Amino acid sequence: MSEELKVKTMEAFMAEGAQPEILFWVGSAGSYDDRAKKISRAFVKILNKANVEFAVLGSEESCTGDVAKRAGNEFLFQMQAMMNIEVLNGYEVKRIVTCDPHSFNTLKNEYPSLGGNYDVVHHTQFIKELLDNGRLSVEGTFYKEKRITFHDPCYLGRANSVYDAPREVLKKTNATIVEMKRHKKTALCCGAGGAQMFKEPEKGDMDINVLRTKDALETNPDIIATGCPYCNTMMTDGIKAHEKEGSVTVLDVAELIANAEDL
Amino acid sequence: MEYLPNILFTLILIAGIGFFVRNIKKLSRNIKLGKAVDVSDNASQRWKNMAKIALGQTKMVVRPIAGLMHIIVYVGFIIINIEVLEIIIDGVLGTHRVFAPLGTLYDFLIGSFEILALLVIVAVVIFWIRRNIIKLQRFLKPEMEGWPKKDGNMILYIELVLMLLFLTMNAADFQLQQLDAAHYTKAGAFPISQMIAPLFDGMSISSLIGIERTAWWLHIVGILSFLNYLYYSKHLHILLAFPNTYYGKLKPQGAFNNVEAVTNEVKLMMDPLADPFAAPPEDAPEPEKFGASDVMDLNWVQLLNAYTCTECGRCTSECPANQTGKKLSPRKIMMDTRDRLEEVGKNMDANKGEFVPDGKQLLGDYISHEELWACTTCNACVQACPVSIDPLSIILEMRRFLVMEQSAAPMELNNMMSNIENNGAPWPYNQMDRLNWVNE
Repeated sequence: MSEELKVKTMEAFMAEGAQPEILFWVGSAGSYDDRAKKISRAFVKILNKANVEFAVLGSEESCTGDVAKRAGNEFLFQMQAMMNIEVLNGYEVKRIVTCDPHSFNTLKNEYPSLGGNYDVVHHTQFIKELLDNGRLSVEGTFYKEKRITFHDPCYLGRANSVYDAPREVLKKTNATIVEMKRHKKTALCCGAGGAQMFKEPEKGDMDINVLRTKDALETNPDIIATGCPYCNTMMTDGIKAHEKEGSVTVLDVAELIANAEDL
Repeated sequence: MEYLPNILFTLILIAGIGFFVRNIKKLSRNIKLGKAVDVSDNASQRWKNMAKIALGQTKMVVRPIAGLMHIIVYVGFIIINIEVLEIIIDGVLGTHRVFAPLGTLYDFLIGSFEILALLVIVAVVIFWIRRNIIKLQRFLKPEMEGWPKKDGNMILYIELVLMLLFLTMNAADFQLQQLDAAHYTKAGAFPISQMIAPLFDGMSISSLIGIERTAWWLHIVGILSFLNYLYYSKHLHILLAFPNTYYGKLKPQGAFNNVEAVTNEVKLMMDPLADPFAAPPEDAPEPEKFGASDVMDLNWVQLLNAYTCTECGRCTSECPANQTGKKLSPRKIMMDTRDRLEEVGKNMDANKGEFVPDGKQLLGDYISHEELWACTTCNACVQACPVSIDPLSIILEMRRFLVMEQSAAPMELNNMMSNIENNGAPWPYNQMDRLNWVNE
């Protein structure tokens, strides 16, 4: 993994007196989680390939506070939000893209009343935009024989009604897209939301991610695609619980596109 | 003596409506125990939602069988009310079939009421079979034991009896019309009751009048009793579904409210000019309680939600935590909220309208910590509700109380939160390393 990624910070843009086209909000998972870091890298490859002038905040980025808010710690959430808003407004950020539906939801829906108003898009929406504008094209037959099923992240789908962008991007791979029985509005959660990612589940007779992976495996897929670093972890663990890690892989939509183009 | 039935009827009518008004007042008082919340925005969208979701039943048909049956009972309920209007006028004035001069329109109306009544009977029987023979899972969850199960069946029995009385009344009336009985004008079409009418063949006019009058009286008294049963039943949804869908959430489901009291505190903390040692001004209001531990801490729309819930269990059957055997059931959250609110209301009734602390609260006595922490905030319950109830917002308010007032989060979450406080991420990594992924 030594290919050069072109990543510039907001600070660097500022020093040049320039404004990037968009800010890439990496998120805590995308910055620190080993699996999610690969998603960040894949997305940046796409941005580089499409010559998008984007910036990151780097060490000036901090947790959006989403997980604290959902755990009930409104105090911590608002502290995080106001600190982030100060930074974002200081740089006069207008548009934000993120690979994390939780950051997407919080920045888009919960920051405005605290003074942070931005045009926020999820990376699958942004990739679709790049494809639609012809700034990026996916050709080739890399996934021709593959079956892909898409797991809707709750905070992208139900929470914000974004169902089509990831599916339209996936279509470009020429793979066969198969839907799970419950998808879009009725999609089952992966089990990570609402701060569950950071705690053991309550007593029950099954883990939610194992149940959701069962839904996915019923479509007989080669790849389970998703658009959320937490869903990714949960589904990957679920595959292991079903002992299918040899035949099924879990990939983010950004990774699928980056691989298809062999970026 | 001639006017005795009219007087009796009018008294029963006044009593029936009077009790109902009293119950509605109590209902409204209880709902107003909730905190204020601004729902004055976007009236046109709200009317649209009400028309679509409550009047148009758009979310009911997501489950086609139950949805279709429900639409039949719902349409039957609304349309047959035109007949109730006639019964009331007849009862007060001593007339018989006062709308009969409408002629063919009247035939059409009575004919369609009859067909609807039959369809309602079929639907009610299917509903009963689903609850008691097929035993659909969502009707058998622990929170349905006891009164909720009885209540569900009771409603079906009452509806069945009311429809049968209506058809019996018409069948006897039809026979009387055939016999040219005095007072029984030839009016109406009886496609269904005609088929029951042969049961009364050969009866004398006086017995037929006896049957017709008995069915007529029982029907109207039954309807007035049913009206007064509503307040004690999950069946309140037939009224409250309308305001509830009007006041339902308009923002994207993922948008949780920002607590204003917290915003003020945080702004003060971040203000470099604020004096951290300043004493609060003399007239400063009591600091606001964060989150909810009892029904009075919830807002009134959440309390309206609780009264609107008809315990259908679609929320619970879609809940990932419930599907995997956890204790959380969003329906139970709503039922508990209503039960506690009723308890508070009764306490007030017994104490001259003042609530006397009873050492109980919603949190702990009704809803356990375990239930609250099992929620993934996935919004499946909110999506599933056919009448725009938001159980998730109550769960969140109670988590807020647990965390901000009691520091009672599970230990792992406390670790996660101190990580955010210390280094701006839920994991214990250095904020300076945020960009390391670029070169890995």
